[in-house]
Amino acid sequence: MASALLYDRLQFAFTATFHYLFPQLTMGLALLLLYLRSRALWSGDEQYHQAARFWTKIFALSFGFGVVTGIPLEFQFGTNWAKFSNFAGGVIGQTLAMEGLFAFFLESTFLGVLLFGEKRFGFRVQWFASLMLFLGSWLSGYFILATNAWMQHPVAYTVADDGRLFLNSLSGLLTNPWLFWQYAHNMTAAVVTTSCVMAAVGAFYLLSGNHLAHAKTFIQTGVVAGAIACALMIFPTGHGNAKQVFEHQPLKGAAFEGLFRTERGAGIVLVGQPNTETMTIDNPLVVPSALSILVYYDLWANVKGLDAFPKEEWPDNLPLLYYAYHIMAGLGTILAAIMALALLLLWRGRLFTSKPVLWLLMLCAPFPYIATTAGWMTTELGRQPWLVYGLLRTAQGTSPLVHSGNALFTLLGFLGLYLLLGLLFLIMIMEIVRQGPVPVTDYPAQTTGSGTY
Amino acid sequence: METFWYAIVTLMLTMYVVLDGFDFGVGILYPFVTRTETERCTVLDSIGPVWKGNEVWLVASGGLLFFAFPRAYAAGFSGFYLALVMVLWLLIFRGLALELRSQLSHPLWRQLWDLAFSGASFFLAIVFGAALGNLIRGVPLNPEGYFFVALWTDFTPGPEPGILDWFTLLMGLASAAILMLHGANYLAMKTDGDLYLRAAASAKRTGWIALVLTCIAMLASPFVQPALRLNYTAHPLGYLFTVTGALALIATVVFRRRQHDVAAFATSSLFILAMLGNVAWGCYPNLLIATTNPASSLTIFNATAGAYGLRVGLVWFLFGFALVITSQVYVHRAFWGKVRLDLESSPTESHASPDSQRERLPFDINRPSR
Repeated sequence: MASALLYDRLQFAFTATFHYLFPQLTMGLALLLLYLRSRALWSGDEQYHQAARFWTKIFALSFGFGVVTGIPLEFQFGTNWAKFSNFAGGVIGQTLAMEGLFAFFLESTFLGVLLFGEKRFGFRVQWFASLMLFLGSWLSGYFILATNAWMQHPVAYTVADDGRLFLNSLSGLLTNPWLFWQYAHNMTAAVVTTSCVMAAVGAFYLLSGNHLAHAKTFIQTGVVAGAIACALMIFPTGHGNAKQVFEHQPLKGAAFEGLFRTERGAGIVLVGQPNTETMTIDNPLVVPSALSILVYYDLWANVKGLDAFPKEEWPDNLPLLYYAYHIMAGLGTILAAIMALALLLLWRGRLFTSKPVLWLLMLCAPFPYIATTAGWMTTELGRQPWLVYGLLRTAQGTSPLVHSGNALFTLLGFLGLYLLLGLLFLIMIMEIVRQGPVPVTDYPAQTTGSGTY
Repeated sequence: METFWYAIVTLMLTMYVVLDGFDFGVGILYPFVTRTETERCTVLDSIGPVWKGNEVWLVASGGLLFFAFPRAYAAGFSGFYLALVMVLWLLIFRGLALELRSQLSHPLWRQLWDLAFSGASFFLAIVFGAALGNLIRGVPLNPEGYFFVALWTDFTPGPEPGILDWFTLLMGLASAAILMLHGANYLAMKTDGDLYLRAAASAKRTGWIALVLTCIAMLASPFVQPALRLNYTAHPLGYLFTVTGALALIATVVFRRRQHDVAAFATSSLFILAMLGNVAWGCYPNLLIATTNPASSLTIFNATAGAYGLRVGLVWFLFGFALVITSQVYVHRAFWGKVRLDLESSPTESHASPDSQRERLPFDINRPSR
């Protein structure tokens, strides 16, 4: 049974991680597309219409992959985590059903309007459809994060006679205090990803001497939005998140900081390898007292370390949790620095001629993806050994009759299928970028020679 | 309240079958009715703007089942583990095919995705029919309320059944035939020329197959699951579904013959609605019928999500459902009429005279849901 648990966990972790590569781009892009379409509508500038059309294609591709990889997640609650669904379905069924009903419908309906309605609808309808896409995708994110926030910090439930949980306040579930910072942090991260991608595509065009006017629009939009989002990422959203972790889940905080022993004036480890045998950090590089200051605004505040908690409560993969957190925070800082530099050059009017910075912008596109993945690993690995924090352990949540042979079979299937999906996505995205933003009149002929198919 | 949500979940699932059903049907027929690349593009364009919206009915139904009856969701999804994961893979392949086919113009690339699209549509139609068969036949629930069924055992619907036995397989084939009929009707409504003739011919042929298979399945059901008869004996009102279904199927065949395209499609939609209503009437209040011990069956009462949850869900559901219906009607209306590919005509021309190409809709295909 133990190995079935392992495969169930690996399968969910893998499929969720892979899935989230797509929504983070679509959620951020929904915002930037709304901006591009607004500019287009407001100025009537053909340039922005083309740009919006180009990014809508990328949005659609990413959205399609997001949908097909998202459905397995909803299914897995039932297929692999039946006991968890039975236990908590009375509460989280609400948010998941709302996501399915509202957000999904909005998104897929209005994406259809944008993709197939080029000639049937005017620009105003297209703008409206963009607005709905934005609302739909951000609402989607809200409902999903409300579900996750509840697993991190369960609220608004009562225990029924048979031990299952029932909801007792919908507003309590939707305004879970945990949700606020988590949502803010996650959505700014999505904007960072999209900004980096947009700036990278712009930098690629500028460096290779194609679509120069568009290249500048993309870089400008990406760098400005990216710099703002990076700043918001660190403060207040990142800070707010970390503070609430130390307040409600001190064990998780101690684990991702690698704080083995309770300390007065605890420091922050910048670099180093956690050694769970000796309960120390090897090769540490520490900023003294920094953690005490950030969490309690006090140079000598006492911060609880791992030794303050019984060992069976510890997350089961400490080193991975520690690295995930450090990768997220480290990459986030590096990205913020790059964006700040690019913004400065943009403001001085030298960005478009500065080749090294353009190269940097182009190459940093994968970093936000890695950072957000690491961020989600921090949240989820840090929640272990709990599936619902303090209420249900992960080992108690699996399907009782799905044995390891079945779980491994589907895990391997997903690995193979998603490898194929990933390759196809890369091929497609390269094709779209290669074609570039094209004038409207060529548009249908350019893609297929026959309408949209 | 539980009964209300039972009706809603059933209605949502039924709408899913009616809506995504026609694009499954189109998918199965796709290689048989098209001869040229232009025709293939026309067929794909006919479902292009709507299939994704149709598919989210499945996601919404799943979400609502989870919300209203979490215990049944947990038991059902883990019990049909292998079948459900394969459904996922097929849905992924089908989605990929529709998304990716147009992206490159190499002929082999397109042939590959044509095959994936058609094959996945066919297997999905079979699996969904078999799934319905499983719900009717029942599953070996243990006293804790869980079960696990293999893909197949000995192909008999005994106490230790597999997902596939002769009955569920029959249901699968009936489902494929019905969806082909439904898809052909849709295609006839959306196309003209040679394509129209071929679609209409397929509809005629599949209409008869659907008729025969439905009759056999209808006759077999009460023998496989005698409990179905109880509700009908107690509440004969349910026979209304049976009569409606029968009339609708006959009307489909008649309308098809007289080339009333829209009416034929509407009646095949009504037929599916009535047939699934039939099953839902018979199964109530069971969500999962136990083949082991009737006391282990999961009903809407022992699988419920609690009184408060179901009540508060009503508020957002009604709001969301109104939104859904509005947007779906809007999209289906916007893309109503025969598909025109602009190969020669310039965009402005086709935009200028939409009314001559589009018939005014006498009624909307979403109407049965209201």
